[in-house]
Amino acid sequence: MTRVEFWQGNTACAEGALAAGCTFFGGYPITPSTEVAEHMAAKLPKKGGVFIQMEDEIASMASIIGASWTGARAMTATSGPGFSLMMENIGFAVMTETPCVVVNVQRGGPSTGQPTMSAQGDMMQVRFGSHGDIAIIALCPATVQEMYELTIKAFNLADKYRVPVFLMTDETIGHMREKIIVPDTVERVGRKPFSAGSPPFRVTDKDLIPGFPTFGTGQHVHVTGLTHDERGYPAATHPALHEALVRRLVDKIENARYEMADYDVINPDAEQVFVAYGAPVRTVMQVMHDKKDKNIGFLRIRTVWPFPEKALFAFKNAKRFLVPEMNLGQIAREIERHVCVPVRTIPKLGGELHTPKELVAALEEKP
Amino acid sequence: MRNEVRFSGFGGQGIILSAVILGRAAVMYDNKFAVQTQVYGPEARGGASMSQVVIDDEQILYPKVSVPDIYVIMSQEGFEKYGASAQESAIMLIDSTLVHSRPKCRCIEIPATREAKLNLKKDIVANIVMLGALVAATHVVSEESLKKAILDSVPKGTEELNLKAMQLGLQLGKQS
Repeated sequence: MTRVEFWQGNTACAEGALAAGCTFFGGYPITPSTEVAEHMAAKLPKKGGVFIQMEDEIASMASIIGASWTGARAMTATSGPGFSLMMENIGFAVMTETPCVVVNVQRGGPSTGQPTMSAQGDMMQVRFGSHGDIAIIALCPATVQEMYELTIKAFNLADKYRVPVFLMTDETIGHMREKIIVPDTVERVGRKPFSAGSPPFRVTDKDLIPGFPTFGTGQHVHVTGLTHDERGYPAATHPALHEALVRRLVDKIENARYEMADYDVINPDAEQVFVAYGAPVRTVMQVMHDKKDKNIGFLRIRTVWPFPEKALFAFKNAKRFLVPEMNLGQIAREIERHVCVPVRTIPKLGGELHTPKELVAALEEKP
Repeated sequence: MRNEVRFSGFGGQGIILSAVILGRAAVMYDNKFAVQTQVYGPEARGGASMSQVVIDDEQILYPKVSVPDIYVIMSQEGFEKYGASAQESAIMLIDSTLVHSRPKCRCIEIPATREAKLNLKKDIVANIVMLGALVAATHVVSEESLKKAILDSVPKGTEELNLKAMQLGLQLGKQS
């Protein structure tokens, strides 16, 4: 038996985390993400979980990494300014292959910018913001329903790939209330088991993912952000070892990009093709509905990182890609490097969602 | 059929809650679709507060209100900021105790704050009076669904007061 609810996006995110079995939340409140923390603070302790309001976002990120090593499904939620503070420990989570979920309800930046307004300005920061070569997974919901579903998916991907997974939502979806169908049961994919006695970071499988030696289960594990050998011990001056480690951390995500790709291809024969993720998806859908034109295509992306570039090639007749984003054209640039036809960015700053009229104007302009 | 409803008043009147109740009635009890959004800025605390609801029989794609066809206005500043530009085909319910301007569109005057104070001794439920009047005048959701959504949303111990406020609003809305 499913049930119907009328939830805010942020509530759906928190409920999705609870349904996924999240047992630890460490965070620091910030608009427009605070409702996620509020909801977790109210519900998590009653389910036997732990909610901690940390002193800042640096510590929030550290807390979920620690919790994750004890075997907990751990999450934090923030917005731009807090996200910037998390960057260093995000790199630590990547280097130590720590599964965790970070929710970023994006608001207008740079700096403290527009706390109560919507944006998608952190899409490149999530991919490249932490120093060194990293690879991460980022999911972008466009409905309250997807806030719930993609939060669950984020936990599953984090555990499977041993990497921080980001729910890159925005104020529009985070704060709107909307109909949602809540399922009874949710799919849960756990961490790869660890075979006792083997070096903790030894990889034997093609997927390049080591088994997870949970703290407290008898295995001695050294966890460090320094370049480390398969025992987990620092080996920071060994060029070949460093290259092999960093390449593996990147390849385990990038090589699996088609496997985890989540997108819809609508009207693949079209010549003009919208590409969108997050809130602007809603405006594109309205335009598609109003126009009912087979010559307008739409690629709706839910897994923005790793970028599923193959999806672009489904539009064989594409003469132009149109990319509405609530930033100055971040993912448009990623699309540009994969296609040979013009990419028209439809940037929008200021905190409001694109209107259908604005997209129609871009669609109808003379090339 | 898509309806776009805009609520405005001053912070503390329960403008946001009114919109949430209306959206909830549509989704949970009328088996429709609804999206509720609101202004989150500092104006929501004291100044002109505003919240909007889209109600549709079909899945709602674009979630924002473009051109409201129904207004519920509960303060003069709210009228000036969020009501004055109403298109002529719209319907506007106005709390005539607090708003002295009148729009160019069809206007239904509901003295909600005065009536709540006189009949229920509590002007805090004026927003629920307005919701009752809204439903009587527009049938945007059913009376039964509104009742259930109110009961879901108001604090424990205030159910009777709020249902009386809704009934008062239904009467005022039907008379107008």
